[in-house]
Amino acid sequence: MAREQLLNLIKEEQARSGYVTESGMKAIAQSLGIPLGEVFGTATFYSFLDTKPRGRHVIRVCKSVPCYLQNGEKIASFIEKELKIAPGEITADGQFSFELTNCIGACDQAPAMLIDDDLYGDLNPEKIKAILQSYE
Amino acid sequence: MPEKRILLKHIDESGSGDIQSYEMQGGFEALKKALAMQPEAVLAEVKISGLQGRGGAGFPCGAKWELARKASGDQKYLICNADEGEVGTFKDRHILQHAPFILIEGMAICAHAIGASKTYIYIRQEYRYLLGSLRTAIEQSRAKGYLKGFDIQIQEGAGAYICGEESALMNSIEGQRGESRYRPPFPPTSGLFSCPTVINNVETLAILPLIIQKGADWYSTLGTNKSKGTKLFCVSGDVDRPGVYEMEMGCSLRELVEDLAGARDIGWVQVGGSTGGIIPNTELDTKLAYETILGSGAVIVFNQQRDIIDFVYRTIEFLNEESCGKCTPCREGTEVILEILGRLLNGEGVRSDIQNLMTVSKAMKLASLCGLGQTAAVPVLDTLKHFRKDYENRISQAELLLNLQPI
Repeated sequence: MAREQLLNLIKEEQARSGYVTESGMKAIAQSLGIPLGEVFGTATFYSFLDTKPRGRHVIRVCKSVPCYLQNGEKIASFIEKELKIAPGEITADGQFSFELTNCIGACDQAPAMLIDDDLYGDLNPEKIKAILQSYE
Repeated sequence: MPEKRILLKHIDESGSGDIQSYEMQGGFEALKKALAMQPEAVLAEVKISGLQGRGGAGFPCGAKWELARKASGDQKYLICNADEGEVGTFKDRHILQHAPFILIEGMAICAHAIGASKTYIYIRQEYRYLLGSLRTAIEQSRAKGYLKGFDIQIQEGAGAYICGEESALMNSIEGQRGESRYRPPFPPTSGLFSCPTVINNVETLAILPLIIQKGADWYSTLGTNKSKGTKLFCVSGDVDRPGVYEMEMGCSLRELVEDLAGARDIGWVQVGGSTGGIIPNTELDTKLAYETILGSGAVIVFNQQRDIIDFVYRTIEFLNEESCGKCTPCREGTEVILEILGRLLNGEGVRSDIQNLMTVSKAMKLASLCGLGQTAAVPVLDTLKHFRKDYENRISQAELLLNLQPI
């Protein structure tokens, strides 16, 4: 298998194990015949790859300027209060992890967030409550 | 000048999402026409059209394609840059969402012109919700034989703004960290896997079917002498009607933000993306074109209540986070600027801050490896130019506070 598969292999490992595990990285290094450091270096470069466990669902609230102008910080604070976790943390039941992310290209629907692969825009507290409930 | 919906109209009229309705609307006729032409003739048309890259850099397409065509090497690549990480930009999302067939047709025309037997669409992971319909469109196009002589491979990103930069993008496809490359060589000579490569933005490729169908001469009548055609602009921020608007090159910023997007009480506008220039409210009649100010077409509007230093801080914070870290001017320069802006915001600014901001900015502009570092200081320098009083006031206030403190 060629080096160019590295990013995709890491993504597969993350989809399989919930995050990019050390044993997963070692296996990838072996199958590609490259040092573990190269795999680690690539896995830690990208913000959507995690070398630590995450919640079953990953919430990413946009913190870039256009969302900020449309009360993005209030949205983030609301989620923090609702889930009782700060950015970078996982809920006690493992359901959600919460991160702040940079511009996701939804500035015409600001403030916006991704939960896993799904985009939610034009957010307000009521909508967020309903969205989070739909993941129960 | 009202909106000039050429590409947007083409997108609206491109059918309901399956290949049959696209074909019924005339889809793939431009490709058939291009395939009946010699590749050099297609190149010539693109040159005559004056089309320049719509991702932000504005490099002349015809010239780029010709370099790749003439470069030595049997394997050539075309990469569609669908990373669209530039802050305030969502036009490519619109194209991918509503007209993937137009993009596919444009890629097929380009592949024929440059002799690329392999093509990629590098799409940001944040747009994964568009991947299903994009894959379906590619499969339907392949099944109907429109991808003869080449194929389209999708490579997803993983959340890195810098991977929208063409050399970092290529490294990402190659399974490396998304770091920028030293240039030369440039991609048309040696790019992906060291082969001649053309990288073009989604919007750039999406215009091709129209140029082939209606003719380069027609396209070159639109716009200005130095900027041909129309541009998709993305307006966001303090506006009533955020969204994608299409205007002829050389249009007025005021018309775009006030008349079309409903901005009022404007303080300033940032044009081009996170490292875009700052237009104060006294210069809203500025024309939008490559020769004036354009970038990706992102237009972020700030009302008069907004704090300009806070805006610059958030912008540099973004660039500092997204810097690939490879070159010192950008990695360290963004840190230094962030530290200075942070102290200004906290009431701890000192006299030397303004000079230090300018010195670091100039160094980054001169010595950074890629466009991120080279243009990161544009918002700093532009706001120092137009809003110097804001910086000076912050410093004066800090000095006052310092003087008032007991020893």
